[in-house]
Amino acid sequence: MPSTAPAPPIAMLAELTYRCPLSCPYCSNPVEMARKESELETATWIDVFEQAARLGVLQLHLSGGEPASRRDLVTLVAGARKAGLYTNLITSAIGLTQRRLAELDAAGLDHIQLSLQGTDADMADRIGGYQGGFARKMQAAEWIVEAGFPLTLNAVVHRQNLHQLPEAIDLAVALKARRMEVAIVQFHGWAMLNRGAMMPTRAQADEATRIVAQARKRLKGVMVIDYVPADYHSDYPKRCMGGWGSTGLNVTPDGLVLPCHAAQTIPSLEFENVHDVPLADIWYNGAAFNAYRGEDWMQAPCKTCDRRTKDFGGCRCQAMAIAGDAAATDPVCIKSPLHAKMTALAHEFAEGDTPELVYRKSP
Amino acid sequence: MSAIEGHRIPTIPRGVRLHEDKVRGMWVLLAPERTITLDPIGLAILTALDGQRSFEDVVTGLAAQYDAPVDQVRADVADFVTGLADRRILELV
Repeated sequence: MPSTAPAPPIAMLAELTYRCPLSCPYCSNPVEMARKESELETATWIDVFEQAARLGVLQLHLSGGEPASRRDLVTLVAGARKAGLYTNLITSAIGLTQRRLAELDAAGLDHIQLSLQGTDADMADRIGGYQGGFARKMQAAEWIVEAGFPLTLNAVVHRQNLHQLPEAIDLAVALKARRMEVAIVQFHGWAMLNRGAMMPTRAQADEATRIVAQARKRLKGVMVIDYVPADYHSDYPKRCMGGWGSTGLNVTPDGLVLPCHAAQTIPSLEFENVHDVPLADIWYNGAAFNAYRGEDWMQAPCKTCDRRTKDFGGCRCQAMAIAGDAAATDPVCIKSPLHAKMTALAHEFAEGDTPELVYRKSP
Repeated sequence: MSAIEGHRIPTIPRGVRLHEDKVRGMWVLLAPERTITLDPIGLAILTALDGQRSFEDVVTGLAAQYDAPVDQVRADVADFVTGLADRRILELV
């Protein structure tokens, strides 16, 4: 347990459904996904949004799967806005018609984040596993901007499409996106099955960092670029979730409340459901939320490291996946005894033969 | 600090809104993937933006309201507005 009471959360990721028309191999959803029958009902979601707002959540991210696969999406957005939340839709745009966008507009949707799998139909439809998806996405982007929504383009880049990054940035500007997210593929959930097919080389990752830095300078005042650097190829770990149980929480389609979207990969943790326990209780008292709060859980070398207040020991799920212990130092860190193993693993995945993509299956 | 022409109209665009955070007892500016905590000066500036008043009108209004030197207020407002406009959180129309 941390010695002081945790601050309230700022953001909530609501995974409305795991259903998705796309089947991106880098999906961070779990390999075992909840089915449609177990998805929370409209009224339950809206109650959760109201509880979240009372708890202190300001920003709500409606995600999935594909959130537009929920027929009640417009009702959910209206409920979230009524609760006082800033409402962000994270979508592939498949299922967004001009009419539905107008309804979302009237319901008060604040912002749309559109995913980009590639800068042409060949690449995007192959990675997304959905023929015609790219054309529909480009059409939807126009409708989104026409309707007046601020648009963020979210490009996940990896070994197979990293060469398109400069074009992706140009495309975002041409689509009038105010903001872009460039995320080098992160390996959680389904994506773990595709490390050998998608991990960039270290040289590619460094090149992406250079391209983004240049574009940021060139596009100041035109478009903001947020950047998620490559997993595995760093010397220090990512500042995962801004600290476990400190700023955000995640609700799965069937109502489990997680400290991060990959937390179910840590087998020792048990998660509570919004059907059974109030959200505030889960946030402040839930065992899974308190497991890695503060510093008491840390082992050497984190325990005495100067960086522990900066990166909180890195990603717990990555520690679980590579070190087999969720309380270990994130093996990305140069101070981890497993760093050499991590480097070798990254090399093997990035430089080896490229296996076939394992496409995500919809539940 | 870069200069802002006096006739430009600083505007809070669609997708950005002022919000009273009652849980934490403060005002914030909510924007795509950003939550900006506002001090009383930031809040006063943003409250003065009504989509009609020019930069110079906002400056003279705030200077009168707070009985502060216009040059000082102009520099502070320009800094604040430029910082947010560079991040596409405010627009200069």
